[in-house]
Amino acid sequence: MALSITEVARLGALARISLTDAELEHLAPQLDLILEAVAEVAKVADPDIPPTSHALPLVNVFREDEVRPSLTNAQVLSAAPAVEDERFRVPRILGEEE
Amino acid sequence: MSEEIMDYAEAMASFDPVLGLEVHVELNTATKMFCGCVNQFGSAPNSNTCPVCLGLPGALPAVNAKAIESAIRIGLALNCEISGWCRFARKNYFYPDMTKNFQTSQYDEPIAFDGYVELEVEGEPFRIPIERAHMEEDAGKLVHVGGATGRIQGADYSLVDYNRAGTPLIEIVTKPVYGTGAKAPQVAKAYVAFLRDMLRDLGVSDVRMEQGSLRCDANVSLMPKGASELGIRSETKNVNSLRSIEQALNYEIRRQAAILASGGKVKQETRHWHEEGYTSPGRSKETAEDYRYFPEPDLVPIAPSREWVDELRATIPSPPDVRRQELQARWGFSELELRDAVNAGALGVIEATVAQGCPPQAARKWWLTELARRANEAHLELDELPITPAQVAELQQLVQAGTINDTIARKVIDAVLAGEGDPAQLVETRQLATVSDDDALSDAVERAIAQNADAAQKIRDGKVQAVGALIGAVMRESKGKADAAKVRELIMARLG
Repeated sequence: MALSITEVARLGALARISLTDAELEHLAPQLDLILEAVAEVAKVADPDIPPTSHALPLVNVFREDEVRPSLTNAQVLSAAPAVEDERFRVPRILGEEE
Repeated sequence: MSEEIMDYAEAMASFDPVLGLEVHVELNTATKMFCGCVNQFGSAPNSNTCPVCLGLPGALPAVNAKAIESAIRIGLALNCEISGWCRFARKNYFYPDMTKNFQTSQYDEPIAFDGYVELEVEGEPFRIPIERAHMEEDAGKLVHVGGATGRIQGADYSLVDYNRAGTPLIEIVTKPVYGTGAKAPQVAKAYVAFLRDMLRDLGVSDVRMEQGSLRCDANVSLMPKGASELGIRSETKNVNSLRSIEQALNYEIRRQAAILASGGKVKQETRHWHEEGYTSPGRSKETAEDYRYFPEPDLVPIAPSREWVDELRATIPSPPDVRRQELQARWGFSELELRDAVNAGALGVIEATVAQGCPPQAARKWWLTELARRANEAHLELDELPITPAQVAELQQLVQAGTINDTIARKVIDAVLAGEGDPAQLVETRQLATVSDDDALSDAVERAIAQNADAAQKIRDGKVQAVGALIGAVMRESKGKADAAKVRELIMARLG
């Protein structure tokens, strides 16, 4: 199940984390260990045991379409590192060729 | 900026286009998909947000029952199967428009699947196979600041408004659409127009393309004539008017044809449509694998009962084309009159006005002339004008009863649109009722004859057409309130 350096680099790119070659070399085996540990579960999983996505056997838990108060704009923006024009100000988005 | 393109007819001589259309519809529920924040366009930035739609740690989503109901009704109107059991999934990606770093979306278990839509283009029938209609949530809105174009390229930074984050969305996806030939762009346009009308009839969305509540991604690929293997497709985003859908596909077909004819390979990519009439490459798409979908642990599965689905099935109106034929027959409209009403998006308001007792032809006349002109000037849809079908019906009643004439009616429309009151009340308080009282009119006629001696003499000499000048004078004096037929009668009695 060895995770390749290329795969880890791709995951890093998807998570918008820039990783040096040294970091990739360092992290790939660590991630491998984690995957191996999780793979233990596969040993007890039988084909007749369906994968579980929810612990409780519930369906159709709905909310009525009724408006509830939102937060105020000031509350929403109070923890933002940067604000402009009542909006969250974020760094420019890199790696998009558009 | 634009690339080499082939003549359309030449492209059609060598290739068959295959379409794939993805339409996103924002539902018009009162609240968002997973929280009680109001679902509204145009509010102050970040004012319709809460811990759930901001993705704050620990906040838990709760599914909007109305959104599920709308999704099922849309599925039924698309002739789809409705799933007996399905789940939401997390679609993971990192982008500032989504604070949670995942979009809650259905993936391999859509609520509706395997349907079709039937439509006609220039009398030729087409059947559009529907792969699925699934539920998801919309993302926040980014404004890119700096750079020359206001687009992401060259921007210094971006501003985010999360009001739209969590808006319930239905994504309707077609299977590959074969056999449309040279009409492919028109079929795509007709399909989206059909969806728009159908969704409006269902009452589940505002379907305003210019506000983004109906958005279309248009995929197209080309197969060499006689081939059976699908070509490589491009996906054009940002096509947000019916006209653009047709133009963007026309352009993409010609662009791909030029590449293929010169022995090149079409690149599978996202492209952006520019209103100037061309597409340009966008970001290379993450693949489904990159999104690392997995079932949403915070939401339990949806399992609509057969009874519920059957109950909803009974609420599905006839398809738009069938409904149009029914209305045309009921209203006695000609083909042209009906088409004009459809193109103006006026069927709904005419129907509502007729329901208030207005004759169909009169309802058509008001909405398609006076009101259409004012809507156009104000850049509004007809049903966004601040006048109700009931007020239009009331106005028509006043005209029919002879209380006011068309000229005064237009003034009443202006006053109603300015929010000054209802038609009958305005006519009453402003004394706009037509003057047909003989004494009052006779005096005005006498004055008009005295002031227009030439015209009066011509009428005495038998040149009856000169009467117009005298009627005009009386109408001016009465500020349009005189009953013109009555005035004519009085003048002819006096001079004829």
